[in-house]
Amino acid sequence: MDAFLLQLAAGIATGGIYASVALAIVMIYQATHHVNFAQGEMATLSTFIALTFIQAGFPYWVAFGATLAVSFVMGALVERLIMRPVQHAPILTHVGVYIGMLLIIGNLTGWVFGYTTKVFPSPFEGGGPMFGGLLSAHQLGSVGVTLGVLVLVYLFFTKTSLGLAMRAAAYNPRSARLVGIRVDVMLALGWGLAAAIGSVAGMMVAPIVFLDPNMMLGILLYAFAGALLGGIDNPPGAVAGGFLVGVLENLAGAYIVGTELKLSVALIIIIGVLVLKPSGLFGRVVFSRV
Amino acid sequence: MTTTRRLLLAGSAGAIAAPLAAPRIAAAQEAPGVTATEIHIGSTNALSGPASSYSVISRCLEGMFRRLNDEGGVGGRRVRFTVYDDGYQPPRTLEQTRRLVERDRVAFLFNQLGTPTNNAVHRYVNQRRVPHLFLATGADKWANPREFPYTMGWQPSYRVEAQIYTKHVLEQRPNAKIALLYQNDDFGRDYLHGVQDVLGDRFRAMVVTATNEATDPTIDSQIVQLQATGADVLICGVIPRFAAQAIRRVHDIGWRPMMFMTNVSVSVGVVMQPAGVEKGVGLITSDYRKDQSDPAWANDPGMNEWRQFMQRYIPDGDLGDNNYTYGYGVGATMIQVLRQCGNDFSRENVMNQARNIRPMQLATLLPGVMVQSQPDNYNVIRQMQLQRWNGSSWERFGNVIEGAGS
Amino acid sequence: MSAIQDTPTLAAAAPRASIARRSVWLALGLAAALAPLWLLESFHLFQLTMAVIMSLAVLGLNIVTGYNGQISLGHGAFFAIGAYVTAILMAQADWSFYATLPFAAAVCGMVGYAVGLPALRLGGLYLALVTFSLAVAVPQLLKHRALEGWTGGVQGLFLMKPEPPAWLTARVAITPDQFMYLVALVVAALCYLLAWNLIRGRIGRALMATRDHPTAAEAMGMDIAALKTRAFAVSAMITGVAGALSAAAVEFVAPDSFTFLLSISLFVGMVVGGVASILGSVFGGLFVLFVPNIAESISRAAPGVIYGIILIVFLFVLPDGVAGLVRRVLARLGGRAS
Repeated sequence: MDAFLLQLAAGIATGGIYASVALAIVMIYQATHHVNFAQGEMATLSTFIALTFIQAGFPYWVAFGATLAVSFVMGALVERLIMRPVQHAPILTHVGVYIGMLLIIGNLTGWVFGYTTKVFPSPFEGGGPMFGGLLSAHQLGSVGVTLGVLVLVYLFFTKTSLGLAMRAAAYNPRSARLVGIRVDVMLALGWGLAAAIGSVAGMMVAPIVFLDPNMMLGILLYAFAGALLGGIDNPPGAVAGGFLVGVLENLAGAYIVGTELKLSVALIIIIGVLVLKPSGLFGRVVFSRV
Repeated sequence: MTTTRRLLLAGSAGAIAAPLAAPRIAAAQEAPGVTATEIHIGSTNALSGPASSYSVISRCLEGMFRRLNDEGGVGGRRVRFTVYDDGYQPPRTLEQTRRLVERDRVAFLFNQLGTPTNNAVHRYVNQRRVPHLFLATGADKWANPREFPYTMGWQPSYRVEAQIYTKHVLEQRPNAKIALLYQNDDFGRDYLHGVQDVLGDRFRAMVVTATNEATDPTIDSQIVQLQATGADVLICGVIPRFAAQAIRRVHDIGWRPMMFMTNVSVSVGVVMQPAGVEKGVGLITSDYRKDQSDPAWANDPGMNEWRQFMQRYIPDGDLGDNNYTYGYGVGATMIQVLRQCGNDFSRENVMNQARNIRPMQLATLLPGVMVQSQPDNYNVIRQMQLQRWNGSSWERFGNVIEGAGS
Repeated sequence: MSAIQDTPTLAAAAPRASIARRSVWLALGLAAALAPLWLLESFHLFQLTMAVIMSLAVLGLNIVTGYNGQISLGHGAFFAIGAYVTAILMAQADWSFYATLPFAAAVCGMVGYAVGLPALRLGGLYLALVTFSLAVAVPQLLKHRALEGWTGGVQGLFLMKPEPPAWLTARVAITPDQFMYLVALVVAALCYLLAWNLIRGRIGRALMATRDHPTAAEAMGMDIAALKTRAFAVSAMITGVAGALSAAAVEFVAPDSFTFLLSISLFVGMVVGGVASILGSVFGGLFVLFVPNIAESISRAAPGVIYGIILIVFLFVLPDGVAGLVRRVLARLGGRAS
């Protein structure tokens, strides 16, 4: 196959990873209007928990479900115990708390589970490599899972009253409270959901990049770039953005700037989008009144 | 208060040394970190941060010194081993090393981890004449007795390893087109240099390169890029996570190059199984250690000695982690040097013994691979043997190869 | 060592303090800063030198993040650039250390200004995100092939710390470590003085006004864009000078010395020391240097966890940091005394 097409396929494959993490980032933005720097570390911890379930002998999908539940509770607890007390503090405090969580969760994961690379099983085994070997059954399956999650999220936020209430609580807490929405419950739910989606991303990514405590570190920045590119408040946009970043990064790495500067490509995408089109390619322009 | 401590120390050491010959007394009085009952050895390792998977080496060494003490110590003294965390950050390595040397007054430094980290203290320890022994890094700059007489590496350098691979390629496929994938840091660059050493002028014509960063999520793009050049040989200098990815991806895209993998990343449990044991068939590496998962060593007396040690002193250690066999080898070398010291653990004598190790075999090293040193040659391990993955274990082939520096 | 710098802050807290009282503080501060020269052995002096350097880096961060409200998680990048400018000039061009300092400051100031431009359009979290990616990207850029001839690539560069001059060694016995401490102290004191002058004057009030009430500040006729970009430039400059000092003190630079964890520890140091506080920056520097060691002694297994817990506890319990605590304790003592 043509080398360019292969690069394109490699980019799409990597982009799938970014897309699933970007979706988790957008999710928490929808629910809290915040960008959680510790999102990657939380997802990695969830994936280790899933591995523990699997090693304990549970079938994959049971472990998957259990991990979703545990992650949901973990996310909600983080909101209750750590974010709630500083809810009205300045944004600097929030950034500080995120950084603190990043340090705690990241190091805790390494401490408990060790730093050696581990295999994480895929539910989509069987069926050999396809498309010149660049897309495995797992990668295809995980793209499917990402899209499935996307559809669910979309339906949840647009078609259910709970989803609407969550968006309202994040968008304008004061007005939401006035119409009878329990804003604090919504926030906890939002954190829980975001952590659960993050755990899905982690479980889909781990079979490809292998599981270790620093698994998400590199991915997170690319995923941020994808989320911003697509529009931070737009789940389908974030998924598209994730794929786009994957392709751009690979093509630029292979043909333009060289592989040493791939990360800088992501950085330029982030800055470029924020400066030129802050709402992202697919995002809505939001006006804020002062 | 410092002075008092030093006086005390000299006093007690002198008391012990008194019955011995006069020159010995003089030496013992000058020995920091050595008391009548104890030898204090210092080290740094990444106990926190991204490189902390190597911290098990320190655990292994602590276990070995514990065993040594249980067996009565060395030269009538117990060994105290202090390891500080540098988080793999060079400025902190300097800080912690100065803490060991100036505050804790250790006798010498042993097995500090990492190339950039040891770089930061290289000049300091040599100015102070503190032995800086058997470092946990495979850079080739540590064997430079003329300029840095107090620093000594241990394992064969990555550069020598790359030279061995390249020579093997030239023997097997003189007209090969070589693809080189290396991590863009000091570790990966040594593979680049090793290949350059052997090919010289032909490098440009024969080799295509691609690099990866530790922050890259995958290396699919690099593999595709290299395959597209039509190369029929692939040499990889990457850390375990990317090694597993590379083995799997090369197999999946149907590329069948003659493939070499750095011996940093050939652990069965950490690399080969994650990659898929059948996908790595034919992969070549070279090693100086026995692979603990290789059935050939199931009843090997040396490896049994190591297994008993693990069982007794590090019962919760992961037996699949080859940092433990590494640690066992480097620890045994250190203990040999201490035994050679007799009763004189002054820095001069420790260094003198370290640079005069007569060739010896170690329990966890391949037969024929010797540990040795001479005053003008600090390459402690100079031999390796090529081995090939057969789908379930590493199969050695060819003779033990002497690398450069011998 | 800190008292030189905290004199002004304390004086500001009690504006009616007499000149005599101020001089007493100054003398005490000077004594406290110089005492370690004789009291500490060389290892601790080295640690203290690094703490002075780190506190200078935290001060730089505090100017843009604390006083001006632009959150930066990437100040390690400026620290690295300052260190590299000095190292390159010293190792490749044989400059004297002192000559490299203004150069490092100028380069970092310009880079800071350039980063400040896109920062204008970014608010809070987004700026944090962009600067964070800067912190991750800069070490990779430093070892890039195009710069390798200068930066020494992944191997880094070796340099020598400034030797005590002959006229000084002829009069007093001074070791290189002691002299390095003095150099760091003097440079830091100058930068602190500069920052203090900047903060307590018109510019400082304007910085804080744009942080707290941007719209009102603009309505008052302040040029917010110019203020913000200049704040970034000054901030990067100060952190860059700290980087230059660290290159000399450590005598070695390599990309691995400036990972994103450095940026994070500067940020943590600022929060723990005290946001928007000059005195706080001093505590911040001490924290950055000494707490990892303390954390290590509490739990060998996970110093990072303890570091994170300390950060969150401070945000919850002492949001104005150690400096705020000290100020309150002093105020209470002062209140009781009068």
